[in-house]
Amino acid sequence: MTLDLIISALVTVVGISTPILLAATGELVVEKSGVLNLGVEGMMLIGAVTGFAVTFTTFNPYLGVLAAAAAGAASSMVFAVLVLTFGANQVATGLALAILGIGLSTLIGAGFVGIIVIPFSSIFPDFLARDPIWRLVFGHSPLVYFALFMVFATYWFLNSTRAGLVLRAVGENDASAHSIGYSVIGIRYAAIGFGGAMAGVAGSYFSMVITPMWAEQMTAGRGWIALALVVFAGWKPIRLWLGAYFFGILMTLELYAKASGFSFLPSQFWASMPYLMAIFVLAVISARERTGSEAPACLGKPFMPTD
Amino acid sequence: MTIVTRRNLIKASAAALAMPYLGGRAMAADPVKVGFIYLGPIGDFGWTWAHEKGRKAMVEALGGQVEATYVENVKEDASALPVLRDLAHQGHKMIFTTSYGYMDQTIQIAKEFPDIKFEHCTGYKRADNVSTYNSRFHQGRAVLGTIAGMMTKTGTIGYLGSFKVPEVVLGINSFTLAAQAVNPKVKVKMVMIDSWFDPAKEAAATETLANLGCDVITAHTDSPATLQVCEQKGLYGFGQGADMSKFAPHAHLTAIEDIWGPYYTSRAKALLDGSWKSIDTWWGFKEGSVVISPYNPSLPKDVAAAADKIQAGWKDGSYDVFTGPVVDQSGAEKIAKGARLDDAALATMDWFVKGVEGA
Repeated sequence: MTLDLIISALVTVVGISTPILLAATGELVVEKSGVLNLGVEGMMLIGAVTGFAVTFTTFNPYLGVLAAAAAGAASSMVFAVLVLTFGANQVATGLALAILGIGLSTLIGAGFVGIIVIPFSSIFPDFLARDPIWRLVFGHSPLVYFALFMVFATYWFLNSTRAGLVLRAVGENDASAHSIGYSVIGIRYAAIGFGGAMAGVAGSYFSMVITPMWAEQMTAGRGWIALALVVFAGWKPIRLWLGAYFFGILMTLELYAKASGFSFLPSQFWASMPYLMAIFVLAVISARERTGSEAPACLGKPFMPTD
Repeated sequence: MTIVTRRNLIKASAAALAMPYLGGRAMAADPVKVGFIYLGPIGDFGWTWAHEKGRKAMVEALGGQVEATYVENVKEDASALPVLRDLAHQGHKMIFTTSYGYMDQTIQIAKEFPDIKFEHCTGYKRADNVSTYNSRFHQGRAVLGTIAGMMTKTGTIGYLGSFKVPEVVLGINSFTLAAQAVNPKVKVKMVMIDSWFDPAKEAAATETLANLGCDVITAHTDSPATLQVCEQKGLYGFGQGADMSKFAPHAHLTAIEDIWGPYYTSRAKALLDGSWKSIDTWWGFKEGSVVISPYNPSLPKDVAAAADKIQAGWKDGSYDVFTGPVVDQSGAEKIAKGARLDDAALATMDWFVKGVEGA
């Protein structure tokens, strides 16, 4: 019974963490290339509505996820053109993208309110996916495994490949990377597109897995949490993965504590726990690493090649 | 954020700018402008959606006499103030503020614009130009509690709440007392998620309640997320604010529907004929502002009959779920044997009845 409860709780943790992890992985790559895209929430919503609409129309969740990724990437290109080609302020443009995404997804989704699709749940056979123990491993949506794959793939890409090294170089010192012949702008376009695609997939997790429906602003601020998580993880993929699950555990603990009547703490305290912990961990990290920030050196700075 | 939430305002002001060019014909027939501010998106299929339905019903009932604007996703904090001011400056003669958290903002703006009538939903602060209105949702909750008490096999029912505000507390107590009346051993596990609309958190909280042994779970939040999780897990649930059966054809036993149209129409009429006064309105089953959706066909006959009986009792006044003796969580007597609570006590309820667990 107790083991069953723990496994059930962990399944909830995975469900809460996955969309944040997906979006944060994409944003981590974007920031590593030296660009700060605050539009994650908007791109997630565009992904959510597109994934839902395509799944509803084609009955194929894989096409839905692909479409969500494409829509997220397409919306990120609006941002990319403005900040990379025209050198617009990244913070302002990113916030504008977030707002655009909220409005645009509402517009696209107007005809899809009040209908449902079949949830994009586990593809493993029932004896595994519904087994009391093994469901912890096999009982998830394919997107959960995709998220885990992507975070480790990102780790490998950034640390063990030449392309990853170039991307980091662009983020740390754009002028030098440019002077030895790398296309700073081109690489940043690619990174932003990847971030947009991941945010789109993250959004589809809301409209296709957690609650298979479309509702305006259904991501309810998770995009902002993903942004915080990238900083919290110090721009490191493995820490990002642990951090996302840590966030999920805190949120789940809050729910269990409330349902079990731990009323010695007011409910608002539990609700603020993830944020308090984030502040605490950030404080610890910054106290420990006074020597230098972990942020990519060119983060948020526009780069206009002069050649 | 505000720019988007105010996009309808921008549209409205563009329309206002265009007005002079449309010609000055029929000045006398100019419609009176009525404004609404909504907490969530109109597509939430719950609370805000129901108000939007009420707004549309009012416009339809009064033809060209009124023109109604709405602003959605208005937060329950200081950011509601500029939205209300904008509506006032645009010439709205009556403004409905449709959530509890707009209470102080409504009072403040009402002082600044004494000529405009305000209608605040679910609050208790009134002024010469501020009326309050509410619906006796707790009457509906007693029907759901009766059904839940009879349908549960584990004897543990889940209740997903938003915030500990009187309206939510009233619902939980009404639900629990009604469930206990048909099933004395029943326990109600409660989780407050500190949000009205967050489908992912609502889903996670529903999973949590299910994992802790609840087999019927009801929600006082605004999305169908709880029902969708119940459907996937083979549990029972109820719709909130609207018939949500298409989200969960098996799990959806019934729903409480909020019907605001008749009230909005009556207030707009009062504004038009000059009889508007500051009042406190609290309608329920009898006046038709609380309606129970058709039962799920799978609902056993005896359960449906018991639920019908509660509805009939509310309508003719023979039933009140808050009839003593009622004790709170600590066992202290809150309502004496045979006594009932008056509206003031209902509207400010901040204690939970015995049998409610959680926080």
